[in-house]
Order: sequence, then C-alpha cells, then structure tokens
Amino acid sequence: MALMAENISLHISGFNLLRDVSMRVEPGTVTAIVGPNGAGKSSLLKVLTGEMIATTGQVSLNHQPLHTWALEQKAKMLAVLPQHTVLNFPFTADEVVALGRIPHQTGILKDELIVADALKAVDANYLQKRFYTQMSGGEKQRVQLARVLAQIWEPTQLGDQFLVLDEPTSAFDLSHQKLTLEIVRGLAEQGTGVVMVLHDLNLAARCADNLVVFDSGTISAQGSPEEVLTEALISQVFGVKSIIAKHPVTQKPLVIT
Amino acid sequence: MRRLSAPLVISLLVLLLPLVVMFALGTGTVNISIVDIWQAIIGLFSSGSSSSSSNFSSSSQIHTILFDIRLPRILLALCLGVILAISGAVMQGLFRNPLADPSLIGVSGGASVGASIVIVMAGGWIQSGSALGLSAVAAGAFAGGFIATILVYRLATSEIGTSVTTMLLAGIAIGAIAGALNSLLSYFADNDMLRQISLWQMGNLSTANWSRVAMVAVVAALLVGLFPRDSRALNALLLGESEARHLGIDVQRVKRRLIVLTALGIGTSVAMAGMIGFVGLVVPHAIRLLIGPDHRWLLPGSALAGAILLIIADSLARVVVAPTELPTGILTALLGAPFFVALLIQRRREI
Repeated sequence: MALMAENISLHISGFNLLRDVSMRVEPGTVTAIVGPNGAGKSSLLKVLTGEMIATTGQVSLNHQPLHTWALEQKAKMLAVLPQHTVLNFPFTADEVVALGRIPHQTGILKDELIVADALKAVDANYLQKRFYTQMSGGEKQRVQLARVLAQIWEPTQLGDQFLVLDEPTSAFDLSHQKLTLEIVRGLAEQGTGVVMVLHDLNLAARCADNLVVFDSGTISAQGSPEEVLTEALISQVFGVKSIIAKHPVTQKPLVIT
Repeated sequence: MRRLSAPLVISLLVLLLPLVVMFALGTGTVNISIVDIWQAIIGLFSSGSSSSSSNFSSSSQIHTILFDIRLPRILLALCLGVILAISGAVMQGLFRNPLADPSLIGVSGGASVGASIVIVMAGGWIQSGSALGLSAVAAGAFAGGFIATILVYRLATSEIGTSVTTMLLAGIAIGAIAGALNSLLSYFADNDMLRQISLWQMGNLSTANWSRVAMVAVVAALLVGLFPRDSRALNALLLGESEARHLGIDVQRVKRRLIVLTALGIGTSVAMAGMIGFVGLVVPHAIRLLIGPDHRWLLPGSALAGAILLIIADSLARVVVAPTELPTGILTALLGAPFFVALLIQRRREI
C-alpha cells in the first residue's frame, strides 16, 4: 500500500501549477521534495493531501482514491504539518497536541499519555503547561510537530500511515533540525511513509530514501540522493554552480556551493 | 495569565445562577423579601390554598408582581443572555478572532433595519404598543437578520468554500448599508416613530411575557443542545480550516451549521429585545481568559455567565432610575465596555 500520485496536473485560473506529476510514497520510506521557490512544491503537497483536487490524474491512499476515504478515516492514516499555523488562542502546549487526537476515540487517559510522549519526542515536555501564544517560533513548530505525531501515534487497521511535512525544520536550530530528522527516520523504521519539503539539499540527502527534485510544476529527477544529486542537475534546476562531495561520515552526497 | 479550573468555575456559575434569579425577583420598584418570595413559590405548589394567615390581597399582589411581571422578564433575560453569549463564543471560534462579535456577520444590522422598516411603514397602529404591532416589529427584525446573514454568507462563499475573511469584510459592508438604511428611515420618520426606533436600538426587555419567554426558551435550548456537539470541531478550527480538515473535520458542513444557528439565535434575540450589545463579545472573552479556549468548557461557561450578566443588568435597568426604567442595552454597554477595557489593559501588561 502507498500514497500515490498518478499523472496529476493542476490548472488554476490559467496557470499550470502542476504538470503530469507521478510519484509514489512507500510505507517505511522517507521522500524529500526539493526545488526552487515557486516550483509548485506546496501545490503538490496540497494535491497529495487532498486539500486541492487535481485537474487531471488521481491521488490514491492505500489503493483507494484519496477523496473517497471518509474524512475521519483519512485523518487516522494521513497527518499533515503545514508550513505555518496561526493560532491566536491561549491553548497550552498539551492542549494543542491533544487536538491531534481528535480523529481517534481512545479516551482521555490514553490520549494524555500519548500527548506527553509526543511532547517528549520533540524535546518539548518542558513546554507542557506553557501557553502557545507565548512561545518562540521554534517552540511553536515543535509543538505542532508533536501534534501531527500524536495524530498517527499508533498504527491503525485501516492501512499504512503517512506523514506529510512542509518545511518542518525552517524555524529550528541545528540540534532540533537533527532531532527532526531522527524522528522522521524513526517513524520510517516503524513503517510510516514520510514526505517532506526541505530547502536544505544536504539535510535532504542525509535522510531521504527517495529524493524528488521539483522544478516549474514538474519532476526533474527522482531517485536515491546519490543518483539524483549531480552538478549538472543543480545548475539546471537552481542555476547555481556546485561541487558534489561525499560526507566523510555518512558517505551521503554533500552539496558544496 | 493563570487559568482557573474549568469545572470549578462552571460549578460556581451553576450555583450563582439561581441566587441571581432570586435576587432579581426581589429587586424592583417594589422590593420583595426573600421570605415572601419563598412563600409565594411554596404557595404555587400548594395549588393556591390561601389558608395562610397572611393578608390575602397583599399576597396575591406579590404573586402578580413575581409571576406575571418579574419572572417572565427574568427568564427572558436568562434565555437571551444564554443565546447572545454562546453565539458570541461560537462566532469568535469560527472567525478565529477572540474579539469577533455576532454583529460582525451583519445579523444585528439587518435585524435593526427590518425592525425600523416595520415601525416606519406601519406608522400609526404600532404607537399604541399593542401586542400585534410589537410582534410585527419582531418579525421584521428576524427577517432582516436572516436576509443579512444569507447575503453575507453568499458573498463569502465560492466554489472553494466559505472564506471567513471575506465574510468579515462582507459583514462590515452589509453593516454599513444597514446603518445607512437606518439613518434614512429615521430621517423620514416622525417624532413618535423616531422614539420607537431609537428605543429599539437601545435594547429593551420590558416587552416580556410568557409567550415570548416560550419562544426564546426553545431557541436557547436548541443552541445549548446543538452547539456543544461541535466543540471539538471548533477547537480544531482554531488551528485553521485546512488543519481542521486534516484532523478529519467536515469544515464546510460545520461552518454552515454554526452560521445558520447563530443567525437564528441573534435574529431571535434582536427580534425580542432589540440590540443588546457587549454580552456576546465580553462574556466569552472573559470566560476564555479565566478557563482557557477549550470550547468543551467555554460554551457552557459562556452560556451561564451570559445569563447571569444579563439578569443583573436588567435588574439594574429596572431600579437605577425608578420608578421609570432604563433600556437594558444601555446598561450592558455601560457594564460591559469598562470591563472589556480592563481586560485589554491587563492583557497588554501580561503579554
């Protein structure tokens, strides 16, 4: 089973935002989407998560067209972390994370345990009773990450689970960037399929099994980071000259610009 | 900002409500002691057996004041307070804005235009203050409120869904049109109509009677029964509409349901009592500051506090300039606005 896009195109008011995009997110793998600003990465995520409907083509979740899943069932399998979440109400961190349990009927006691574990997983247990409105940008983003983790904390019989993250590390310092990638790898090891938009090519190379390079509404290249990241492709897509080296420890490609 | 325990605050409000009703029963141009109120209530249940030694005529007078004059008015205030405050809480959640107000979506403006049109068109026969005339004004207010809400909703809805921002702006536009229409009607109205229009806009509970109480009670029960079912959806909506959708909530359906119910509630309240401001804005805001934004507690808390506030305000309206009365809307604004300013100042200091 998988999260799959088949030949999707998206036309909105005369603009071709996506052109004939096909990709497949397998459970237990991490897919990173990279590409220049305005390439259509966010549109792709919106179509992939059912927020927008493709003009042509189809998105399917676990062998069933995405829009035919009941919303609550879909929410048990697919969690989405947007780039920005504006929340102006003084919820405490654990209340925000508990919102991730809305699709489930697991009871207050169990939800409390999951909320506490999710906050611990993102190194935010010290925030538990603090007000969201008074947190720093990085703290807020960690709490939101904990919220989507809580949403898919336990496997469901409905099918494989997927997590979609739009630039999850943009507000994070180095240690929390690293923590996020560890969380993502950990989820993949437990069988979750992860898709994320990243801006840092080296972060993407380090943690992705499948790297999708996106440019002007279509996929320029996809495959393992070693296959995809070439000097020619980077100059073609980003218009930047670069050297591809090997990371001395992880042996993953290292893009030096 | 430190929070109080939500169950504690709600239990206190539950205890406070009957006390406030008792206080309001005893307050008025004729003060009635608690003992007399008790005797009158007991008298009700012992099916009028007036065998007690007390003076018969005075006890029947007390009976009339309590159960024909004061009680319907207090119950009207209670139900309207519930409707205004719970609708305010829902609107603030729906618009993701802690300062939103039911009048924002144009209901109040439309309703007051509807009322003014009936007052001016009907001319002569309302002046007598007849029940028929007042009901016609109420029907006009209700129709105006509903039309305004539908207009605002239509303006804000496209094939993508209902945009809350567009709805706020459309509400402002409809409100401006309503204001202009109101001024126009006032300009052409004669002195007597003018007085009626402005009395209407000040908000007044003095038209209370048992049939009005029954109508408002049905609407209040409907809102209290239906709104809490969407508490979790409202909590999720505070994150944003697409986030709520990803949490499995059918956002469009929830929004439509909440907007229709709010229009019903506010339309009814304007129809019954004119414009009573600040209850829908201040009460949910204050309760949120006390117990936090979780709608599972906020909605019942706001309903109770709204009832208490409006009963107190209306009791004061009945006595401050006795033997005449003040319009209740003036009192709620006078009580509500300073409270709101105090909240703003306190918040500014703490954040």
